[in-house]
Amino acid sequence: MADEIKFQKRVDNGEYIEAKDEMPEEYRRHLIRQISQHAHSEVIGMQPEGNWITRAPSLRAKQILLAKIQDEGGHGLYLYSATETLGISRDELIKQLHSGKAKYSNIFNYPALNWADIGAIGWLVDGAAIVNQVSLQRTSYGPYARAMVRICKEESFHQRQGYEIMAKMMSGTKEQKEMAQDAMNRWWWPALMMFGPHDTNSPHSSNAVKWKIKRETNDELRQKFIDKTIPQAELIGLKVPDNNVKWNAKTNHYEIGEINWDEFHKVINGHGPCNKQRMNHHKKYHEEGIWVREAAEAYSKKKLERESLIQA
Amino acid sequence: MKKEEALFKYLLRLADDSLILGHRLSEWCSKAPFIEEDLALTNISLDMIGRTEALLTYAAVVEGKNQTADDLAYRRPEQNYYNHLLCEQPNGDFAFTIARQLFQSTFEFFLYSELLKSKDETLAAIASKSIKEIKYHLQHASDWTIRLGDGTEESKIRMQKAVNELWMFTGELFEMDEIENALLKSAFAVDLVPIKIQWQNKIQQILTEATLIVPEDDYMQTGGRNGIHSEYLGHLLCEMQYLQRAYPDAKW
Repeated sequence: MADEIKFQKRVDNGEYIEAKDEMPEEYRRHLIRQISQHAHSEVIGMQPEGNWITRAPSLRAKQILLAKIQDEGGHGLYLYSATETLGISRDELIKQLHSGKAKYSNIFNYPALNWADIGAIGWLVDGAAIVNQVSLQRTSYGPYARAMVRICKEESFHQRQGYEIMAKMMSGTKEQKEMAQDAMNRWWWPALMMFGPHDTNSPHSSNAVKWKIKRETNDELRQKFIDKTIPQAELIGLKVPDNNVKWNAKTNHYEIGEINWDEFHKVINGHGPCNKQRMNHHKKYHEEGIWVREAAEAYSKKKLERESLIQA
Repeated sequence: MKKEEALFKYLLRLADDSLILGHRLSEWCSKAPFIEEDLALTNISLDMIGRTEALLTYAAVVEGKNQTADDLAYRRPEQNYYNHLLCEQPNGDFAFTIARQLFQSTFEFFLYSELLKSKDETLAAIASKSIKEIKYHLQHASDWTIRLGDGTEESKIRMQKAVNELWMFTGELFEMDEIENALLKSAFAVDLVPIKIQWQNKIQQILTEATLIVPEDDYMQTGGRNGIHSEYLGHLLCEMQYLQRAYPDAKW
C-alpha cells in the first residue's frame, strides 16, 4: 500500500515511470493491454492498406503507400518492444492476439474497397489516431511516451498524404469524386468510434486517468478530431455523412448526430465485415512462416556452435 | 535500328525487371514470416520501384513522344514489356522468393557495377544510386539462401527446390541481341558475356556455402526480352494497371 502511494506521488509529480521502476501490478497489466493493442493495430492495419499496393494507380502512389505501410510495421515493432519492457515476449503477445485475448483497433475490421479508401484511411483513421497519440506523448510510462513521439511525426505525414489523395480525387473526374465521397461515407463514423465509448460508459478510463496513462478523455479527444476534420472535408467539397452536424458558436465546437453504438459493439464482438478475414490472414501467414523462423534459429545455433569449436 | 530506339528499348528492359520484381515483392506485404522480414521485402520493393521511376522517366524522354513514366508503366500492353521471365514468376514460398531474388540481384549487381561506367551519363547516374541498394538486396538474398540451405531439413529441401525450379529462367539473363550489341559499341550498355561468368562464380560460391547443389544447365526458357512472357505477367499487369485502364481520363 505504501508503495502504491509512493508510485502515485511520482505520477502526480509528472515523473515518467521507467521499465525497471516499481509499479503496481494493475498498472503493468493495463499498459501491456493498451500498448500491445496499439502494436497489434499497427500490424493488422497493414492489411486493408496492403489490399491496394498492387493496384496503386501511379509509381509515386505505389511508393508512398509502400513507405507508409512500412512505417506502420515499424510502429508495430517498436510498440512490441515497448511492451516487452514490461516483461512479456512478442510470441506471447501474438498468441494473445490469435486467441482473442488481445484486441486491435476496431477500425481495421472495415474493408478498403476503392482507391479513395487509401486516402480516407490516411486522413481519417491516421488523423484520429494522431489526436490520441499526441495526447499519449505525455503518458506516464516513459518507453510508451517516447515511442509516441516518434510515431506522431510519421503519422502526421500519413495524414497529409491521405488528405492529398482525397483532395486530388475531389478535383478529378465524376467517378473519382464518387469514390471519394463513398469512402468518406463508410469511414467517417468508424473513425469517430476509434476514440471509444462516451466517457460515461468507458470501462478502462478511471484508473488510466488516475495513473496518467490517459491524459484526456475519449469524448475530449473525439471532439478535437471532429473540430479539426469537418472544415478539412468542407474545404475539398466532401459531405460529412451526418445531417445533424452544426457549428455551435457558443461552445466553439461542432455538434454531431448520435453515434451508432450498437454497430460499435457488434464489430468489437467479432461481427464486423472483416474481423474473421483479418485474423485468419494473420494466423495463416504466421503459421506459414514457422519453417522460416525455425530455419533461422537452427542456422544461428549451428553458427554459434561452429564459432565456439573454432575458439576451442 | 536508330540509337534512340535501341536506348529506349534497353531502358525499358532494365525498368521492367525492376518494376515487375518490385511489384512481386510488394505482394509480400503483411504476409512475411515475421515483421522485420515484412519490412525488408517491401523495402527492396520500394528501392526497385524507385529505380523504375528513374529509368522510365528517362525512357520517356528518350522516346520523345510526350509520354510519362506512368504512361509507360500503366498503359503499356503485355507484349511490350521486356522484363526477364524470372522476375514475373509468382512468389511461391519464402524460399522461392529468396532464390528468385538471389538470381536477379546477383545479376543486377554485376550489371549495374558496369553501368556505372556507361557513356550515357543519365544511365550512369541511375546506376550509381541503384548499386548501393542492389548491394543490400544481394546481401539480404545471400544471407537467407545460406540460412535456409544450412538451416533445418525442411528449409534445405525447400531452398534446393526453389533453386532447381528457377534455374531454367537464368539463361535468359545473359542473352545479347542487336539492341545490346549496338549499345555496347557506343559503350552505353554492358557486355553480358563476362557477366555470365561472374554470376556463375558468385552463385556457385553462395550455394556451396548454403550446402546446396548447383543445378546442371539444361533447358533454358527465354522470351522476356522480346515480349513473349509466361501466363503470369498478364494477370500481374491486369491488377497493376487496373485503375489507369478503367478510368483513362482520371489523374491520380
